[in-house]
Amino acid sequence: MNEEKSMNEENKREIGIPGEIIVKGSDYLPGEGTRRNGEEILATKFGLIDISGRLVKIIPLSGIYMPRPGNVVIGRVLDANFSGWMMDINAPYSSFLPVVECPRFIKGDLTEFLAIGDMVVCKVDNVKPKGVDLTIKLRGLGKLENGMIIFINSNKVPRVIGREGSMIKMIKDETKCDVVVGQNGVIWISGSNVEDELKAKEAIIFVVEKSFVEGLTEKVKEWFDGRKK
Amino acid sequence: MEISNLTKQRILDYLNEGKRFDSRNLEDFRKIEIEIGVSKNAEGSARVKFGNTEVIAGVKIATAEPYTDHEGEGTLMTTCELLPLSSPRFESGPPSIEAIEIARIVDRGVRESGFIDFGKLCIKEGEKVYSIMLDIYPLNEDGNMIDAAALACVVALKNAKMPKYDEKTGKIEFGKLTNKPIPLTDKTPLTITFHKIGKKIIVDPTREEEDTSEARVSMALFGKKEVMITAMQKGGEADLTEEELEKMLDLGVEKFKELSKLVYKAVGE
Repeated sequence: MNEEKSMNEENKREIGIPGEIIVKGSDYLPGEGTRRNGEEILATKFGLIDISGRLVKIIPLSGIYMPRPGNVVIGRVLDANFSGWMMDINAPYSSFLPVVECPRFIKGDLTEFLAIGDMVVCKVDNVKPKGVDLTIKLRGLGKLENGMIIFINSNKVPRVIGREGSMIKMIKDETKCDVVVGQNGVIWISGSNVEDELKAKEAIIFVVEKSFVEGLTEKVKEWFDGRKK
Repeated sequence: MEISNLTKQRILDYLNEGKRFDSRNLEDFRKIEIEIGVSKNAEGSARVKFGNTEVIAGVKIATAEPYTDHEGEGTLMTTCELLPLSSPRFESGPPSIEAIEIARIVDRGVRESGFIDFGKLCIKEGEKVYSIMLDIYPLNEDGNMIDAAALACVVALKNAKMPKYDEKTGKIEFGKLTNKPIPLTDKTPLTITFHKIGKKIIVDPTREEEDTSEARVSMALFGKKEVMITAMQKGGEADLTEEELEKMLDLGVEKFKELSKLVYKAVGE
């Protein structure tokens, strides 16, 4: 614990809460999670204040997933109508997967391809004021079979993936499970047995809980080694 | 987001092997923590934790007119509000069916067991009686709200003190309590809920397990030596066989004794 504390103190970052004045003056540019109000730059999200050069931004610690075009997310089928499926991707907007965005020709009842309650890996195609459009026309996208689903805070997804995927690769190797992390905080785990899947789930929860710790990849490695004994 | 078909199937398969995700036995409760007197404005209160499920129950006492068919008896009113802060599943607004059901199951368990001696809650027959209000608030919801709420209510009632009644004005003095407890009997009721998933019977489900559950039976039991059932409620779509119900009844008695010990320990009886 002492080690963690000293590391946190070294590069201490301040926390911004919505409405708080981060910096004053026109030298700075407002970035993600901030807003300019006259001379002041205000926080619009709760998170760590990050000032690099002239750019001021907030790294959010909590809050709902905001979809962006190109994000790979895992959604749940809510409903099927004549032209596609209504999906739940944990976003504040309603999302839709049109039948033309499917990789194969579908005739008749759409629920034969994707039934209500099915989990689907999809890509955010477009974000419009009315809603989100999804696609499954690319490789690696589509319906998920077997395995289990867990939910995490979508702001912790970068930590679960790690730098260039180091963290998720280690979890995959150690547990021999297949893992797909959606940008919306929905994670699919599939292994040959449930124990492996539960181990991967525990590891991911460990990463989320310790997401503020420096050198987390080593910590997780230690955690895995400790569990082997 | 609601539970997916995939996770449901995994829970079902794993339960058929006789195992649960959190490595509990099928008939095991999660770690139970009980704290009494958490609210300073309530006459009595308790906070109960079942793993991640956390519930606060509070007791308020007021004066009211008795019901015309029970003129010499006090009244009991149980309410439950599922706060949006406890789970993303809940919305603010009028009470949901779920909230009404929890309150009614708890209310019935407390009322029908004869735990509260309503006869002693009378101030003037036919005109004025004490009215007990039981309020249930979840702080965090992770399955098995019914059992946690019922346990919290019983502990809160045991913890409660009667308020000061002013004879002249005929009102209760706010914030002033006497040292007298509420007239209670030794018939401490507790509610235990069983869930049927596949062919297995489990107690104390987590949120995921509760979503997978096909049928649910809640039973309120009481009694120190001889355990009796006072109320039952069935929920869910699936049917139950005779053997399953008998298994639940046997398990219920066993689990009731286990929980009662925790209650007596918490209130120091």
